[in-house]
Amino acid sequence: MPVLSELKAGELAVVRSVDGADEVSLRLLDLGMLPGTGVRVVRRAPLGDPVVYELRGYQLCLRGSEARRIQVEREDVAE
Amino acid sequence: MSELAASDTALRLGLVGSPNAGKTTLFNALTGLRAKVGNYPGVTVERREGEIDLAGRRAVVIDLPGTYSLKPISADEAVVERALRGEIDGLPAPDALVVVADACSLERSLLLVGQVLRLEKPTCLVVTMVDELKSRGGELDVARLSQALGIPVIPVIGHRGLGLDSLRQTLGEIENWSRPPVVPPADAIDRGAWAASVLGTAFRERPGRSRTTDAIDRVVLHPVAGTVLFALVMVTFFQLIFAWAEPAMNAIDAGIAVSTNAVRSTLPPGFLADFLADGLLAGVGSVVIFLPQIVLLFALLYLLEDVGYMARAAFVIDRVMGRIGLEGRCFVSLLSSYACAVPGIMATRTIPSPTNRLVTILVAPLMTCSARLPVYALLIGTFVPAENVWGPLGLQGLVLLGLYLAGAISALVVAAILKRTVVTPENLPFYLELPSYRIPTLRLWVSQVARSAWAFLRRAGTIILAAAIVLWVLLSFPRAEGVSGLAAVEHSVAGRIGHAVEPVIAPLGFDWKIGVGLIASLAAREVIVSTLAQIYAAGDEGDSLRDAIRKDIDPRTGKPVYTPATVASLLVFFVFALQCISTLAIMRRETNSWRWPAFAFGYLWVLAYGSSFAAHRIVGALWPV
Repeated sequence: MPVLSELKAGELAVVRSVDGADEVSLRLLDLGMLPGTGVRVVRRAPLGDPVVYELRGYQLCLRGSEARRIQVEREDVAE
Repeated sequence: MSELAASDTALRLGLVGSPNAGKTTLFNALTGLRAKVGNYPGVTVERREGEIDLAGRRAVVIDLPGTYSLKPISADEAVVERALRGEIDGLPAPDALVVVADACSLERSLLLVGQVLRLEKPTCLVVTMVDELKSRGGELDVARLSQALGIPVIPVIGHRGLGLDSLRQTLGEIENWSRPPVVPPADAIDRGAWAASVLGTAFRERPGRSRTTDAIDRVVLHPVAGTVLFALVMVTFFQLIFAWAEPAMNAIDAGIAVSTNAVRSTLPPGFLADFLADGLLAGVGSVVIFLPQIVLLFALLYLLEDVGYMARAAFVIDRVMGRIGLEGRCFVSLLSSYACAVPGIMATRTIPSPTNRLVTILVAPLMTCSARLPVYALLIGTFVPAENVWGPLGLQGLVLLGLYLAGAISALVVAAILKRTVVTPENLPFYLELPSYRIPTLRLWVSQVARSAWAFLRRAGTIILAAAIVLWVLLSFPRAEGVSGLAAVEHSVAGRIGHAVEPVIAPLGFDWKIGVGLIASLAAREVIVSTLAQIYAAGDEGDSLRDAIRKDIDPRTGKPVYTPATVASLLVFFVFALQCISTLAIMRRETNSWRWPAFAFGYLWVLAYGSSFAAHRIVGALWPV
């Protein structure tokens, strides 16, 4: 299953799970990265990292190190 | 009624919400400018409370730190949970809670609302920015949201004051608040399902993407345009503190000079005149002189923060700062510290991670502040030959550039080391919300800037003033009648300390006169120049001081005091040493303890001593006298 950090700008995905049970994973869940949540990759920073994601009505930047923990399923781009 | 009795009977309302939810705007709208600001014990988290009157009933609104979750992952975050449970000494638990949530990101905020409802206290939900929701095509049924949650819900537009009357009315009748029939689930994933079912009934239409924000971000975060804009904003910051604050700072200097002269001309010469002119007025001047930089820095900082750009700037530069273990938000502080560490350290308040904030505070004094420039100018101008090395590049300029680079590089290296050693390593994720762009309100902006300036004057200014007066006493007592210059300074406590520390600083090539200069430079680094001028009884300006130090001969060796080795050693010393009481005072204020200023002072002096010693040896071997 792909992880969130592999996705390209413009791609849509649905969160399947967040790896681990430490503080990082707990916080990612509390930030709304819950199974079933739809995520859109908005854009990469000019230097390639971090990346802006849109989910649950807001925009969240994550570094690759955190986004790698989020297992996702790609969705077809509707537009 | 006494203060204590009043707060015993007053209703305590806790304001909970995530950053960017409009919590501060709402707090200001409710309490006006009557907020009391303090710190929570043991952590660097700011504590704000304000009193309000609810139709004759007094209440205290507690503005809890913004948080995305009540499940703390650091000591600073734990403050919110502990305050809500009444576990902080002297702070009773709030009687009722007001959760603030942005209407557009309700889908995320409900996860926090669910956690708050699990505390089973009287709770109401304030939904902010309902105007923005509408402009993004969203439609919220407030009555159904209230029904689904089981608590009162009040929509407001905080910056326009709409909905505040209805909120005040609701706050006045806590007894009548409805309670949720069932407590939301504890597990995050189950709570997600609960939030989804609540929103399914409450949203008639979900908000779309903000077209304005999308359009602006296409430029502001564009790989090329975004980088150029970032550079422009940062150059503006730098200019603001470095150059544009200067006219105001010169005016303050001139004002102090006029007052000093007025004192001198009205009072008879003697102790009182000296104290008022050189002790008190000079001390006041050394506090007020920071205000132009602080006001300008915070004016721009809060403006960009309120608009929504600061989060974007952090996003653009995060990769670079991440390399040394910091984050994007630390960049502005470090850059500002190039002008002066005092506003730079105050700017760390916008860094959300407490550890990154602390590390930034600890390395800020390494950035080459403008107070070092007069010292560098004196030494380089006197002792480094003005010859061209390569094309138009002069040796003097290269040395100056080298000193600036040495400061910046050591700040980054030390930050990376501190992040791995001294500061408790934490397994904290990096995350950053990019809020929608918003038009800032003048009122909030002005109150934020005024609060920062006032906090500086009250909490750091008093320490700086006291220290300046103590230094003046050291340099002028005991008083020697009939002598001036070298003899008067040698007679003073500072002169005696200078002699006493001479064996310690001799390995660096410094004599007692430089020792006195170093003591005096604790007031501000550039003071060493005027102190040396006083010692050599030379004018502050012009070439007389340069001539005097160039010709100074060590009576014991018969050789010049200022050898190339000593000059290099002194320059290196100024790169590293934390000779600035104002910086220590502001560190004390921002970290809420003397522990970190003491640590910074210690490690920077050790670093300065070691590097100066090495520089003295190396340069002494290369250019023997």
